[in-house]
Amino acid sequence: MCLSHDVLDEAYRQYQQELVDAGLLLPSGVPGVYGLSGLFEGIIEAFERYVTRMGAHLTPEVVRFPPLLSRDSYLRTDHIETFPDLMGSVHSFVGKEKDHLKLVQKKEAGEGWAESLTPTDVMLVPAACYPLYPTMANSTLPDEGRVVDLRAFVFRHEPSPDPARMQIFRQREYVMLGTAEQAPAHRDYWLKRGEEMLTALGLDVKPVVANDPFFGRGGRVMAATQKEQALKYELVAPIASTEKLTAISSSNCHLDHFGREFNIKTADGQPAHTACIGFGLERITLALLKKHGFDPNAWPVDVRSLLEL
Amino acid sequence: MIIQSVREILTTQGRLSTPLSELREDSDLYHAGLTSLATVGLMLALEEEFDIEFPDSMLSRKTFGSIESIVDAIEALQD
Repeated sequence: MCLSHDVLDEAYRQYQQELVDAGLLLPSGVPGVYGLSGLFEGIIEAFERYVTRMGAHLTPEVVRFPPLLSRDSYLRTDHIETFPDLMGSVHSFVGKEKDHLKLVQKKEAGEGWAESLTPTDVMLVPAACYPLYPTMANSTLPDEGRVVDLRAFVFRHEPSPDPARMQIFRQREYVMLGTAEQAPAHRDYWLKRGEEMLTALGLDVKPVVANDPFFGRGGRVMAATQKEQALKYELVAPIASTEKLTAISSSNCHLDHFGREFNIKTADGQPAHTACIGFGLERITLALLKKHGFDPNAWPVDVRSLLEL
Repeated sequence: MIIQSVREILTTQGRLSTPLSELREDSDLYHAGLTSLATVGLMLALEEEFDIEFPDSMLSRKTFGSIESIVDAIEALQD
């Protein structure tokens, strides 16, 4: 179905206002950047524990990274070639007192002070698994591969009135590094398990073949290629709109893209393949609030029980 | 000759793992190591060289899958 932007924007604004009025989202003045209430955060925490329980049988390695990535590592991910418009680069002031004075004068005059800043050694993390690969560079995987449990705030520069399209949000992931057979098997397993997990919470999810929002016209070739190869699936559900569904999780194969770049090898010396399931924690919470209402005490008993609320 | 220019652009943009001299006109460029990222560079270089613009309907793996299909696409756009 083709919806006009106006109709969709209205649906987004309306649902965002409901969330703000209920105190669940605290607006920051910037589209897509919110504070979250204790109730909202409590649902995220409960869902995370659910993910932990559902992945425990894989005995994943647990690693947590800050939402920053070294600039050098960032450049090795091809993100700048594929998603330049989404990146977040951290800049700071590097200068002497005179430069500082000029900076403050510019600020007070309402001029472009940010142009005087200098890029630091770090970038904002665009996907939860990006900081992992550099730490595994030049390594050889065990026969069974490695499964890693990750969670991080990730940044994407895409301001939007859609409360589900946040500029900074959390991804919880199970990443698999293994052979050309192990990685897609992980993806397929988690696509099904993820669908079952979310369906059990009462969400109307369905898997769809998807593509990443690659930049520009060249990006259309990449998107078409990604779809033709069915590398990315999203689990979509209604949030602000029942017609335009929102991806709340995705399960993807990266082929040997990261294995080659970071020289991660399988036990038999081939470039490692990687794959992941990513749960969008804020979006899943929004989908639950939309489906079951703003009061978790009134949610269906089986959903409360699964989330141990 | 279109085909000669296409071969030259593939040499600079294709980042192929198989030498271009070993590829026939109908050889699968993706089997020869063409990545989707390299396809973007290839597409932009072809547009520049031939003063064309690939429409959205042509922005797929099929268009850039072989030397033959690239030449066909350029000829169709130049008509």
